[in-house]
Amino acid sequence: MALLDIKNIRVDFPTRRGVFTAVENVTLSVNPGEILGCVGESGAGKSTIGNTVIGLLEPPGRMSEGEIDLDGKRIDNLPYEAIRKIRGRRIGMIFQDPLTSLNPLQTIERQLVETITTHLPLNESEARQKAVDLLARVGIPEPDIRIGQYPHQFSGGMRQRVVIALALCADPEVIIADEPTTALDVSIQAQILDLMRELCRERQVGMIIITHDMGVIADITDRVAVMYHGKVVEEGPTKKILGNPDHPYTQSLISAVPRPDVRLKRFPLVEYIESAGQARKELDIANHWLGKARDFEAMDGPLLTLEKLHMRFVTRNAILPRDRRYLDAVKDVSFDIKQGEVFGLVGESGSGKSTVARMIAGLYKPTGGNIFFAGGELTALRTEREKDRYRRQMQMIFQDPYSSLNPRMRVLDIVAEPIRFHNLADDRKETETIVLDLLEHVGLGAAAAVKYPHEFSGGQRQRISIARALATRPRFLICDEPTSALDVSIQAQILNLLKDLQQELGLTMMFISHDLPVIRQMCDRVGVMRHGQLCEVAETEELFENPQHEYSKHLLDLMPKLDVLSHEGLEVEEAQ
Amino acid sequence: MSTNTEQTYEAAAKERSGFSDVLRRFLDSDLWFSFRNSPVAIVATTVSIIIVFAAVFAPWLSPTNPFDLAQFDLLDSEIPPVWMADGDPRFLLGTDDQGRDIFSTILYGSRISLLVGFSSVVFAMAIGIPLGLISGYYGGHVDAIIMRIADIQLSFPAILIAFLIDGVARGVLPREVHDEMALYVLVFAIGISGWVQYARTVRGSTMVEKNKEYVQAARVIGIRRGTILMRHILPNVLGPVLVIATIHLALAIITEATLSFLGVGVPVTSPSLGTLIRVGYDFLFSGVWWITIMPGVALIILVLAINLVGDWLRDALNPKLR
Repeated sequence: MALLDIKNIRVDFPTRRGVFTAVENVTLSVNPGEILGCVGESGAGKSTIGNTVIGLLEPPGRMSEGEIDLDGKRIDNLPYEAIRKIRGRRIGMIFQDPLTSLNPLQTIERQLVETITTHLPLNESEARQKAVDLLARVGIPEPDIRIGQYPHQFSGGMRQRVVIALALCADPEVIIADEPTTALDVSIQAQILDLMRELCRERQVGMIIITHDMGVIADITDRVAVMYHGKVVEEGPTKKILGNPDHPYTQSLISAVPRPDVRLKRFPLVEYIESAGQARKELDIANHWLGKARDFEAMDGPLLTLEKLHMRFVTRNAILPRDRRYLDAVKDVSFDIKQGEVFGLVGESGSGKSTVARMIAGLYKPTGGNIFFAGGELTALRTEREKDRYRRQMQMIFQDPYSSLNPRMRVLDIVAEPIRFHNLADDRKETETIVLDLLEHVGLGAAAAVKYPHEFSGGQRQRISIARALATRPRFLICDEPTSALDVSIQAQILNLLKDLQQELGLTMMFISHDLPVIRQMCDRVGVMRHGQLCEVAETEELFENPQHEYSKHLLDLMPKLDVLSHEGLEVEEAQ
Repeated sequence: MSTNTEQTYEAAAKERSGFSDVLRRFLDSDLWFSFRNSPVAIVATTVSIIIVFAAVFAPWLSPTNPFDLAQFDLLDSEIPPVWMADGDPRFLLGTDDQGRDIFSTILYGSRISLLVGFSSVVFAMAIGIPLGLISGYYGGHVDAIIMRIADIQLSFPAILIAFLIDGVARGVLPREVHDEMALYVLVFAIGISGWVQYARTVRGSTMVEKNKEYVQAARVIGIRRGTILMRHILPNVLGPVLVIATIHLALAIITEATLSFLGVGVPVTSPSLGTLIRVGYDFLFSGVWWITIMPGVALIILVLAINLVGDWLRDALNPKLR
């Protein structure tokens, strides 16, 4: 008999349009000291299971079938008071966002002590001592002092450690962690995962980790359950499931994960997810307007050159200059991008890569340095008119598909906006033809033009953004983390699309990401950024095989080891 | 989420066009659902619509025209409402000291009250929304100046400001045009006292929308700031404005009634509900209560109904409550 038994549960959400079944027929179990991973894409139902076990399901959601047993005794049908005693005491929970998991108005001490005294028969000073010991255990330096501080005085990784301490403080038997490392940087992620694994073994706690990240699964779980549309499609030991999956969904899901060790020609299409866009029409590029001789001057040499670029933000303004505080987001960055190449910019959050992109795109004015693009100097331009000429040649795709489209405009107008603004078409009919063609080309189909953004999923919205970016027939495309907010299978489709478009149209691309495996798949050359400075620029294969800079080596070490994942179905690109 | 490979653009466009599609989408919406299930919203909206309708069509609905000297007779004066003893079925709510039918005066009075109310709201929006957009989008000194003016204005009660402007206008304008201009001055006064709410809300929403990626995408395309404000930001910040406008309407009507009651509102030749209340006030304690109470009750019902609609709308449109 396992520590936690989830037997055949079904969770329903009655809505005004009918009953929505979030989870169906799910049976899982966790043993002491074991880590069970629950992996799936958005909407698969993994978080719902976590919430149901701990009794935090939002009404009107309810568990309509099945039972949940803790240590042999049933817990899902207990009255409110009894569930409250179990929550925190016997089952702990770690949420995704450490910023909102802690009460900003109370010190850490208050929050820890409150939880401890609620569940354990200790007095205040004993509880405080226990709290200090816990903080030391989770790796907070000087716990005596820091226990008296407020959450905002801790960094993101530290906060998540505090949250882990909070989950552990009443000595629970089971811990449910819902995407515990998604909001953290990759370097902190590794540390937190190690901590969690240690604690589990040490205290013989059973843990369920809910995540969409294969790297996390491969790293610390013993067993894994794969979820799709509310059902468990496959379950078993991690090595088996990841290395040799039986179910076609698992197989295709694994084949879509970007690998750190090889570069693929294309990502294999993932079935079962959404229909992988419509089959894209083969276009005769030479005669099609997208490829028709543009009025850009041909040029030799690199398309984009950055020289000693510098960006300083004022973080605290004051009347006297010496009282002002600044942040140097980008310091002395210089590199160039050749025509037709895909240049990657990689770094952790706060490294300045997005700032560089925005400076190139004209959204920020650099405080120092020069930008040369397509033969002209962007930093020297003054009027909007002059800039328009270069704007046509350069476009950008943004990270968040949910805020990069105006919710009140139809797709047709969204994609047509750049065409109309730059007067690229002769009349309405031609504009319409171009837009419909673009939508077909990115795999959405012409019928999408009449709809509004909210009628599309995240991946489809990114396709709309790509269509909009291509509308001016640009030469240069900046992709600012275009797939970070997407599920891994959708990411595979979008990356395929970008690769295809780049080859077809001969685009030069700057691809920004914090995800090294993705960079490996997409880019020819890579620049590594840290704290606003460029550490290293190298050919992709060179960088991955033989990094020169200390920081590059550090980043590569932090990449999740996905060797355990099966390589079936992957077409590796031959080395050039 | 669509995956129809078959449907062509023409077919989709045809399906989506026209009023029937708009209607279908409205009836399917969460807003309509919330409305149908809220008895308060239904009653309040119905009452408001009835009053507005009655006011607009007053000349046709009203049994008499209280401003036509030929139509009333001093002998009919001070007749109580129909349900009391001495009541007369010709005059449902009684008559005033000159023999005018109270019901008719209320209908005509509501007209003026609603006219001033709506106009003031529109005027306040016309000032407040653009200022809010500019303040929120450009930030910096412009924002600071506009918001300081707003803060200064907020430290005065709205009625006092309206009073002040009215007084200034009376001093400035020649006496002959007082009566003609009174309505315009009133709308101006109430509008000026109310723009701050709009500006603040729009400013907050603008600051949020400004950082969204679709605005940045528009800038990357090269679209000028003015166009971005009008085409991208404005449509997305208007939601809360609707709620404010509804509640402001009620407030404007009350403000106008107060000013008219105090004698500095609309001229006596086109009395609003406030004027009627004032006129009847002198008779209150001599037992002829209906001359002042009836318009008072009408005013309360109107303002209450509008307020309730505003309340419902605010909750229905609040995404956090869904």
